[in-house]
Amino acid sequence: MGQIKIAVIDYGFGNIKSVINALHYCNAEACVVDSPLKISDFGGIILPGVGAFGPAADFLRLKGFDKAIRNYVNSGKMLYGICLGFQLFFTKGSESGSHEGLGLISGEVRKFNFKDGLLKIPHMGWNSVNIERSLYSGKMFFSINDGENFYFVHSYYVVPENFLCVSSTCEYGLKFCSSVAYENLWGSQFHPEKSGEKGLKILSNFVREASK
Amino acid sequence: MLGIRLIPCLDVANGRVVKGTNFINLKDAGNPIEVARQYYLDGADEIVFLDITATHERRNTTIDLVRRTAEKVFIPLTVGGGIKTVEDIRNLLNAGADKVSLNSSAVKDPEFVKKASNKFGIQCIVVAVDAKRVKKNRWNVFIHGGRIDTGIDAIVWSKKIMELGAGEILLTSMDKDGTRDGYDLELLEAVSGSVKIPVVASGGAGKMEHFYQACESGASAILVASLFHYKELTIKGVKNYLRSKNIFVRTINEKV
Repeated sequence: MGQIKIAVIDYGFGNIKSVINALHYCNAEACVVDSPLKISDFGGIILPGVGAFGPAADFLRLKGFDKAIRNYVNSGKMLYGICLGFQLFFTKGSESGSHEGLGLISGEVRKFNFKDGLLKIPHMGWNSVNIERSLYSGKMFFSINDGENFYFVHSYYVVPENFLCVSSTCEYGLKFCSSVAYENLWGSQFHPEKSGEKGLKILSNFVREASK
Repeated sequence: MLGIRLIPCLDVANGRVVKGTNFINLKDAGNPIEVARQYYLDGADEIVFLDITATHERRNTTIDLVRRTAEKVFIPLTVGGGIKTVEDIRNLLNAGADKVSLNSSAVKDPEFVKKASNKFGIQCIVVAVDAKRVKKNRWNVFIHGGRIDTGIDAIVWSKKIMELGAGEILLTSMDKDGTRDGYDLELLEAVSGSVKIPVVASGGAGKMEHFYQACESGASAILVASLFHYKELTIKGVKNYLRSKNIFVRTINEKV
């Protein structure tokens, strides 16, 4: 049996090498993809987290990735969004003006805004994540303890309309949704590829589900 | 809770670690990949490579080094030293660096910070500020390894680079660097208190309580070089100490 092939979507800016390295570590074959033409050939897709919401959303639409990703998800195959890629799942983003996301999950993306100035923005570093007892969180966080630390770097956070999809939460000035898992749609605000062995475990869980 | 980050910094030149490292369990303590991997396993929260290679052609060695390190180290990797163009940044990010640290090039051309940040996002642009006290409550920004006084007020400069799009400031006290008698806490408080972005403290660590003092003075992260290389202190030891002082740090019970 060959390795499962996972597509990593390249928006053309920033570092996707870390995601590819992490997938290799998890025994998957990672392929950089910049066109939606053959994405149905892949066992799973990762939407990585680099750049800004507007340009990334524009890129996906321009290339026709928006429709292709929706079809892909509807076919039941696994999709994982990381950081910005995760934010793109949502209906609306507010980074430098209002932008439409992929609309895979109803909800919006908001900017951290702390009046007292005590908390730094971006929220950067390792923060503990509380696993929610939702329907699919067990698969995503398989063999990971509640309260484990993951690496974050972001100034925006997501607010899903429906909390059933929330698989974990985190606190930074307020409690926010740090990951979702609903059927074949997974995503996290933290970077699993930069979160040491626990992050790699989540990606392994993803690869395992994609291999089923 | 967000943890305080401990960040070992390796000075590299021509693909080798320059300052000493004292890992007894490593076959090649001069190999930055081996050293970075060991720090990763020991619970470092990030790794910084400071490239002190002077010549341009040797930069390819650094890019190759970054590429091979990123295959083995699954925490954020920052590379600094001699970065002058958008192309330099792109090459490092494509090789697997997560952030780049700009220094002299930012002072010479502040618009470079803006350009880089717009292009790659604020999350990967660190600006290094080397500050030296010139009188009471006044620090100037120095460049070229502390040899040239730019005359720029470090506080004013820190605010400016934040506005230009830096995601983080790496603040080194030129007065304290290498002294081991503690961080310049007044400088740290002054800079951290005037910017919204995280500030990484660097220069002066000699013992455990210096780390605690830096945390209390507004550091989001602490950069450490030789103290860890020579095993005078360990990452685990410092984290246990900080935890005993009620400072939150990432737990390192990882088995690899």
